[in-house]
Amino acid sequence: MTVLVAGTSEQAVAGRSLWRDARARLRRNRAAVASLVVLGAIALLALFAPYLSIHPYDKVYFDRIQVPPDFGAGHWFGTDGSGRDLFVRTLYGARVSLMVGLLATAVALAIGVVYGAVAGFVGGRIDELMMRAVDVMYSLPFMFFVIILMVMFGRNIYLIFVALGAVEWLTMARIVRGQTLSVRRKEYIEAARASGVPTPTIIRRHVIPNVLGPVIVYVTLTVPHVIIVESFISFLGLGVQEPLTSWGVLVSEGARVMEEAPWMLLFPAGFLAATLVALNFVGDGLRDALDPKQRP
Amino acid sequence: MFAYVVRRIAAAIPTLAVIVTIAFFMMRVAPGGPFDLDRALTPEIEARIKAAYRLDQPLHRQYLAYVGDVLSGDFGPSFKSRDFTVAELMAAGFPASLRIGAAAIVLAILVGMGLGTLAALRQNTSVDYATMGLAMTGITIPNFVMAPLLTLVFGVYLALLPVAGWNEGAIRNLVLPVIVLALPQIAYIARLTRGSMVEVLGANYIRTARAKGMPERIVVVRHALKAAALPVVSYLGPATAGILTGSVVVETIFDLPGMGRYFVQGALNRDYTLVMATVIVYAALIIVLNLIVDLLYGVLDPKVRHP
Amino acid sequence: MFRTALMAGALALAAAFSPTLAPAQSTLRVANMGEPESLDPHFVSGTWENRIIGDLFLGLTTEAADGSVIPGSAERWAISEDGRVYTFKIRSHKWSDGQPVTAADFEFALRRILAPETTAKYASLLYPIKNAEKFKKNETKELGVKTVGADVLEVTLENPTPYFLAQLTHYTAFPVPKHAVEKHGKDWVKPGNFVSNGAYVMTEWQPSSHVKTVKNPNFYDAANVKIEAVIWYPGEDRAAATKRFRAGEIEVATDFASDQIELLKKEIPKETRISPYLGIYYFAFNTAKKPFDDVRVRQALSMAIDREAITDKVLKTGEIAAYSFVPPGTDNYGEPAYVAFKGQGYDANKKKAIELLTAAGYGPGKPLKITIAYNTSENHKKICIALAAMWKELGVESELFNTEVKVHYNNLNEGAFDVGRAGWIADYNDPQNFLFLMQTSSGKLNYAKYSSPGFDKLMDEANRTVDLKKRAAIMREAEAISMRDLPNIPIYYYVSKNLVSPKVKGWIDNTKDIHRTRWLSLG
Repeated sequence: MTVLVAGTSEQAVAGRSLWRDARARLRRNRAAVASLVVLGAIALLALFAPYLSIHPYDKVYFDRIQVPPDFGAGHWFGTDGSGRDLFVRTLYGARVSLMVGLLATAVALAIGVVYGAVAGFVGGRIDELMMRAVDVMYSLPFMFFVIILMVMFGRNIYLIFVALGAVEWLTMARIVRGQTLSVRRKEYIEAARASGVPTPTIIRRHVIPNVLGPVIVYVTLTVPHVIIVESFISFLGLGVQEPLTSWGVLVSEGARVMEEAPWMLLFPAGFLAATLVALNFVGDGLRDALDPKQRP
Repeated sequence: MFAYVVRRIAAAIPTLAVIVTIAFFMMRVAPGGPFDLDRALTPEIEARIKAAYRLDQPLHRQYLAYVGDVLSGDFGPSFKSRDFTVAELMAAGFPASLRIGAAAIVLAILVGMGLGTLAALRQNTSVDYATMGLAMTGITIPNFVMAPLLTLVFGVYLALLPVAGWNEGAIRNLVLPVIVLALPQIAYIARLTRGSMVEVLGANYIRTARAKGMPERIVVVRHALKAAALPVVSYLGPATAGILTGSVVVETIFDLPGMGRYFVQGALNRDYTLVMATVIVYAALIIVLNLIVDLLYGVLDPKVRHP
Repeated sequence: MFRTALMAGALALAAAFSPTLAPAQSTLRVANMGEPESLDPHFVSGTWENRIIGDLFLGLTTEAADGSVIPGSAERWAISEDGRVYTFKIRSHKWSDGQPVTAADFEFALRRILAPETTAKYASLLYPIKNAEKFKKNETKELGVKTVGADVLEVTLENPTPYFLAQLTHYTAFPVPKHAVEKHGKDWVKPGNFVSNGAYVMTEWQPSSHVKTVKNPNFYDAANVKIEAVIWYPGEDRAAATKRFRAGEIEVATDFASDQIELLKKEIPKETRISPYLGIYYFAFNTAKKPFDDVRVRQALSMAIDREAITDKVLKTGEIAAYSFVPPGTDNYGEPAYVAFKGQGYDANKKKAIELLTAAGYGPGKPLKITIAYNTSENHKKICIALAAMWKELGVESELFNTEVKVHYNNLNEGAFDVGRAGWIADYNDPQNFLFLMQTSSGKLNYAKYSSPGFDKLMDEANRTVDLKKRAAIMREAEAISMRDLPNIPIYYYVSKNLVSPKVKGWIDNTKDIHRTRWLSLG
């Protein structure tokens, strides 16, 4: 009994110091800190979007269709091809895109990491079976998957997140499995096994923390991918419905008129790019901070 | 090793069968059919056409007939293109996609791993930030923006390269599409390489190698890069399958005769047989490439053995 | 220094590939806005296929440079008193392989497309021919088509059909080479087997890359055909096609994206050609569903649309606001029957619309809720956004419902919609080709499920009327009924949009947007 208590408290101490170290290291990484500030600012803008402009996001001004930025009229980013204020639409787009990116990635992360870690660690027949299942999922036509989901559950924007997450986890699972395969034969895992620690505990305590690095990098790649895929789904008429919008939709509308109405491309694309670059630096910072070998 | 490969290939057959089955029924559940046209057909003509494509039969009968056809090497007629069979369309589209895709992959691996390694070696310096920022353009600027932008600049304004067209695969026609296709992959590969490289460079054996006075170039190329390639390889398996089978955006904008548009156009047109064929080709590629990835694991990391 | 070397290298590379860049100037390159489904005239259905096939085959009648109907394979013809029997004298001319074109080829073609087992989508266009419908339904083996002599073809019709000669320019009525079809079966359209009787013959078809057609030396009027070859690129991305045009890679783009109009007007105003086109863009009400079965609701919603705002402010590409279902300028018609609210002023109409809605039981306490369905397209989206904004002024709450094209038309066919976008491009220049869409007998094509005995009766009567003036008056009366009931809301009359290089001579804008290459030349 005492041994067990002692063991747990030791674990807790170790855990806390690991995370505290990581936080300290992250704080020293200037690019990551600056990126966190940018992300926070964009999130706040998105949150308070309705209070930041005099224009509603769906109001059509027939006399101001596709006009360049006009401060007098309060169109700081100009208007779109339907005569709606682009500033407020960009912020509303941020809401949808950030939600899509985060939720879908969270779903992908949860499924992918667990699935990949189990397959890689357990190995053998089960691993093979699980990976063949991934092969099957990979090869299915993604579009029909989305179309069918829409039909079965109606058009609900939250379903897009789930649908995307349910597809994006596949690569995540493969990456985690690959890492796990190389981790599982390490001495400390053999030791844990030998001393009779149950498999789920080994996976949770030793395998997952060790594959965190590549996973975090991949997460920062998945978010942008999901945001772009969302625009493609919307383009097919399966995603977010007008008058709601997303960055992906705004950017694809802007790309059509990049010569005659560059503001329609530059503003949403700028927000999108800033978010993605910031995510990238935060991801790198996190990865470096969590790397156990990099203790100062 | 050989036995392992044989076993994996044998395992691929049930996998393919499952894929074909799920894809077939999944497609039919989706609303709208190949003959829901912007101009409706008269009932007697619609009935005739459906009968000609066996669409009037019960679904399980259609499935069995389709599987029978595929086993005898017949991928059926396209629902949309009347003058070409599905096999002919694939035979025309796949080489073009392969050519563009292979070039894009090679470019992406060279540039992506190069940038990633550079960034890892100069971790948290301005070189790191600059290289990764550059690599990021591929994902921060979506291909449906990049493709028109490049054609506008290099095709219309500077008139250096053709805007679009296949031109029997002439190199000057492929420069822009290959770049557009490679850019996001460069970003992914550079990010993955940097991440694992940083980790590997901190590992004991690398420290040992350095301590022994081994030249830095050899340490990086022969030891670190090899180990750092693991997550990249694992990513490249499915990614290669995706790139080799083409991209609808790139093919539509550059007017290229690849396979990528069959995935999306086929699905939008409910060209069932064409979609099935793309699924089969894609699945076969995935299976083969994933097998290669798993074998590469063995090469790159001696700890992974294939029993 | 390095830069110069790079430039030199690039130039050398460019030189190595330049032969393919600059083809002989007698080749016309066209971005055709679609990959052909087939080049067999019996199995096509799109305007992009028509552009190619109309160059390859010569129907009994054909289009002049301005789109008007002129003799084609038939040198001349006679029409019986009752307008039901047409006797065509086939011109002495040859297929591209040297075989003579005979009346039997035409009979063969018509029997082939109308045969029950032929899966031709638009065979129904030929139903004016006697027994054609029954023949297709396998109820008879008799067809009103007869080879009277090697070069004389007799066609009997169900009803006197004043647009029949115009209809013969349509690809469904093209001849096919009996000898080649019998020899190669389905593969007769493959390059190498392909035989045609028009100004061009197809020599190359690489799917999704291009179709190449070259001048047919056996064409009867080959002496006057100036362009040696045509390359048809699919060019489905309109913005990309516009760029190719600007870069000089193509001479004709058969469409452009309307959101680029301002740029085009600035950069290439002379090349940008916009011209009225026989087509109507409309929204269908689901009249089988409450509250759209109430004529007051339909009228109110139709009235409250500021069509000029849509055409002049949203689209900006010269479309004309529509107040009738048949576009003005349609042959055999005269002025169409307009809706009553035309010219009343938008504000007055809006006021009236609110009154009508109130009468139908909708108001501030009980807002009308509508779903507006459209298929994916930038223009449809913009128009639906505008509609929703205009209807909001009446207190109507609309939800936009975007689906991909197959789902959209499936929903329209099945009646699973409130208000849905649709469009119609005429097959032949006659009011009947628009108005029949609202006949009960049109089945699925009648998306609104409109059924008016008065309208149907007048349309049947018009079909039996030989006198063109009387026929026009009857159809105008029918249109007037439909414009009162408003099962469909006309929005605008289509325009054709082309980019045509100044090098291309002989291009004449016309309401059918048909420009056969035999009339063009490259200067």
